[in-house]
Amino acid sequence: MDKIKLSAHNMNMFFGKKQILKNINIDFPENKVTSLIGPSGCGKSTLLRSFNRMHDLSPDARIEGEVKLDDLDIYDKKNSITETRKRIGMVFQKPNPLPKSIYENLSYALHIHKFPKKEIPGLIEKALKESYLWEEVKDELKKPAVKLSGGQQQRLCIARTVVLRPEVILMDEPCSALDPISTNKIEELILQLKENFTIVIVTHNMQQAQRISDKVGFMYLGELIEYDTAENIFKHPRQELTKNYVSGHFG
Amino acid sequence: MIKKIKYFFNWILLLGSTALVCLVLGVILWDIFSKGMASVSWSFVSQFPTNGMTKGGILPAIVGTLLLTFITTIFAVPFGVACAIYLNEYARPSTLTNIIRASIRNLAGIPSIIYGLFGLALFVQALHLGTSVLSAGLTLGLLSLPYIITTTEEALKRIPNSMREATLALGATQFETIKDVVLPKALPGILTGVILTMSRAAGETAPILFTGVAFYINGITASANQEFMALPYHLYMLSTQHQAIEEVRPLAYGTATVLIMLVFVLNIIAFYIRFKHRTQD
Repeated sequence: MDKIKLSAHNMNMFFGKKQILKNINIDFPENKVTSLIGPSGCGKSTLLRSFNRMHDLSPDARIEGEVKLDDLDIYDKKNSITETRKRIGMVFQKPNPLPKSIYENLSYALHIHKFPKKEIPGLIEKALKESYLWEEVKDELKKPAVKLSGGQQQRLCIARTVVLRPEVILMDEPCSALDPISTNKIEELILQLKENFTIVIVTHNMQQAQRISDKVGFMYLGELIEYDTAENIFKHPRQELTKNYVSGHFG
Repeated sequence: MIKKIKYFFNWILLLGSTALVCLVLGVILWDIFSKGMASVSWSFVSQFPTNGMTKGGILPAIVGTLLLTFITTIFAVPFGVACAIYLNEYARPSTLTNIIRASIRNLAGIPSIIYGLFGLALFVQALHLGTSVLSAGLTLGLLSLPYIITTTEEALKRIPNSMREATLALGATQFETIKDVVLPKALPGILTGVILTMSRAAGETAPILFTGVAFYINGITASANQEFMALPYHLYMLSTQHQAIEEVRPLAYGTATVLIMLVFVLNIIAFYIRFKHRTQD
């Protein structure tokens, strides 16, 4: 039995009066890749974003239930949101490098979390190597990050997350804005990263979910319909809806 | 064929309107510059008025206007930018914030003479600042606030939310996100708004009329509690209030030229900032 890293219990979420997530119960095993799949608007991104409280800025978002990182209730008012986000990193759909140099994109988070100055260059090199970016950028760390290609920018965003040594990395369709070669690199990278991190990824790409995931959750209209190993979801789905979706009948 | 003629007619109409506007602007500028350039010289901008202002230069008015604009800016920019940050980044949309926004937009439409009266009541009398460059600068600051708030808010709105999410997701606080990402990204837009507001404030006459501007002062305004001369008021005075209007007409045109050039310089700086920012993206 794998250790559970992150879990949601009886979770409901509303935007104003509209209910987006309905009684979600899910747990993510440590050092595994878990994919969330489902048609557009099924709530998979909403669910992912609720794991590091990205909805806090939306005035009409309301969450019920419990989200736990190990034993920490992340919606408990006593816990610091910045500390939680340090432990649960996030990579977004479109690469969003900071308007700073490559080096500063990584050093920024280390500075705000007050890492010792001496350790910073080493941590940055390590994160860039882990993100398969070091060889491409090691001679031009001072270059503005926006000058990198889309795929490089996305790997930089992953490195920026990795450098903080989070426990969980959330990825919201990280390849949807990238070409097939860059996508390939990122998938390889994800498989590498799961040795050190727990990864939850939202994807539209069924092949991608098959290639990289250990577990897969299928969502439909705000509900988690089926949650199982990748093999079971794609080869022997128990629910009719799941079967129709993974075989491409709708979505 | 008819379609073509119609198309051509529309094109001529639009081009004609544009040309007319440019022509009017050109005539105004040509009129002022052609009559004013003759009086503009180094001594004109570096000397005091002499012989009952029929001779000499406009140095105190230039210094007064620069000082006034400076006071306006240091008062209006911090408050205006802070207010815009609050409205755009912190305030949750509600009836109250909508009312605040609508009030700010309405303030921008109030005639400037009313700001003058308000400044006289508040700064000159109630706060006992007297008729001074400080009172006038604060009054102009009030007048500038709505413009600075509005342009800053527009600049902040143009920053995509994905930029904010990037640092928030790294565990930065909202304040760190604004300070380190949002403001630096929005700075060119904010500066453009600030400079255009400054150039507008530099040309205002009515708000300073009751609050500190002087017909003539002996020497240069060197401290904030003194009265001052200003280019727009000097121009008004030379063209309507002087006892020898015909005689000082060239000086009036010269003053207008200097004022326009000052505003031009500010506009060119704003244009340059926008241009430089665009080529960076």
